[in-house]
Amino acid sequence: MEVASLAQRVLEGERRALARAISLVEDGRARDAEILAALYPHTGNAHRVGVTGPPGCGKSTLVNALARTMRQRGLKLGIVAVDPTSPFTGGAILGDRIRMGDLVGDPGIFIRSMATRGSLGGLARATSGVIEVLDAAGFDVVIVETVGAGQSEVGIAQTVHTTIVIEVPGLGDDIQAIKAGILEVADVLVVNKADQPQAENTFRALRAMLDVGAPHSGAAGHHAPRAMLAGEDDGKGVEKLSDKGWKIPILKTIASEGQGVEALLDAVQAHRAYLVEGGRLAALARARVASELETLLREALLAELADSLGPQEIERTIDEVLARRLDPHSAVDGLVRLARRSRRGKGRRSRAGVQAQPAETD
Amino acid sequence: MSDRIRVVIAKPGMDGHDRGAKIIARALRDAGMEVIYTGIFQTSESIVETVLQEDADVLGVSILSGTYEHYAKEIGGMLRENGLGDVLFLLGGTVSRQDVNRLKGYGVAEVFGAGAHTQDIVGYIREWAAAREKAG
Ligand SMILES: Nc1nc2c(ncn2[C@@H]2O[C@H](COP(=O)(O)OP(=O)(O)O)[C@@H](O)[C@H]2O)c(=O)[nH]1
Ligand SMILES: [Mg+2]
Repeated sequence: MEVASLAQRVLEGERRALARAISLVEDGRARDAEILAALYPHTGNAHRVGVTGPPGCGKSTLVNALARTMRQRGLKLGIVAVDPTSPFTGGAILGDRIRMGDLVGDPGIFIRSMATRGSLGGLARATSGVIEVLDAAGFDVVIVETVGAGQSEVGIAQTVHTTIVIEVPGLGDDIQAIKAGILEVADVLVVNKADQPQAENTFRALRAMLDVGAPHSGAAGHHAPRAMLAGEDDGKGVEKLSDKGWKIPILKTIASEGQGVEALLDAVQAHRAYLVEGGRLAALARARVASELETLLREALLAELADSLGPQEIERTIDEVLARRLDPHSAVDGLVRLARRSRRGKGRRSRAGVQAQPAETD
Repeated sequence: MSDRIRVVIAKPGMDGHDRGAKIIARALRDAGMEVIYTGIFQTSESIVETVLQEDADVLGVSILSGTYEHYAKEIGGMLRENGLGDVLFLLGGTVSRQDVNRLKGYGVAEVFGAGAHTQDIVGYIREWAAAREKAG
């Protein structure tokens, strides 16, 4: 199918086209870039919400309840539910839909299950691409459910606006270990399964932890990636916004009964208002674009450099450094200089080629 | 279509035993496929909508009760109505031999009885995917 017409059909809200476009982006081949390029001008309207926490804490159940409440408030939403790929077989069982049965017939909701597939960096990129597609398709909110397992939630947190971190009763002494991770990503903290006996203890422990940690937290600050491209001033601007601080609310829910979900949605909307107010959202968006461009630029430049040097040259330099005839810094200087020279040489050759055969150019 | 074979495993109707469906889901995962498992008590509408949203290549419907004729007809029809006629539609469960041809008339590609080995199902899907690849 033509990418342009597929994009058009996505923009018109055709669900089959949307499903196809998501597959293209998830696979990350050449057409992925094309479809994203066609859809990108139509993105930027959806509020992006991450939901993360340990396996079995009730993420899918809570997303289901949250989605129903959002629908009652007139919001259309896309849901991306991520589950791990088996590292041994490359296969996956994606079971989040089991808890989202209430949502399937609703034309205002689109659910997509995703396997983590390759690397964490790859997952973050594929997920953010899928979010862009849903955003372009006109959903007001995009929710991403991921298992909290170390680095992955940080990666996802950088692509969403509001991150909900779910904990469950029964946290004990390991609260210190969790602390750093939570403060890193949480905008809203939830103790789910509040019907269980230890819920109150966990709630108090987490609140005490947040009271200690609060002054240094703040969504606009901790999610904003530090990008060299953003320059000193932009970086500081974002940093300063966080000084005012967003006080992370901590809420109790019983997701399986829908309890506490109205308050949770209120908290998400309050966080959205906090970000919009005073230009925080705009500053955050700018910092993220800068960081994304920096990542892509680094990859592109590195690939170009490696291409113009050739593998033998790099291997030879590694040997030199290994033998301690060359230090790493001088080695890199040498490689960069060599790459520049070889590129200039190639440029001259191809220009000469163009002059010799003008008929072949277009 | 996706790089990986994506399979929706669904269980329609009021019968709440999903042991068989789960065994098949695991076998397909172990064969490197991405299996979207929907849980029990699905309607035909929700199954077809799930196939659509997930851009699935394959739909496996597991039925133990004697209602397969009804669901095969309904789901087969809805797949075609929604432009999903190219999805491989498989049926698993206890099916009388004399009904198989009629079920195929509704769009079911193959029926795997209660005694079928999971590896037969894996092999069937792989061969189908390879043939589709070749056809472009
Ligand atoms: N008691 C209790 N169980 C819950 C609650 N929320 C979810 N569950 C159950 O916890 C289990 C795991 O839920 P699920 O949403 O699949 O968790 P996920 O793995 O984090 O997505 C399911 O059996 C749910 O029914 C709750 O608030 N209270
Ligand atoms: Mg889940």
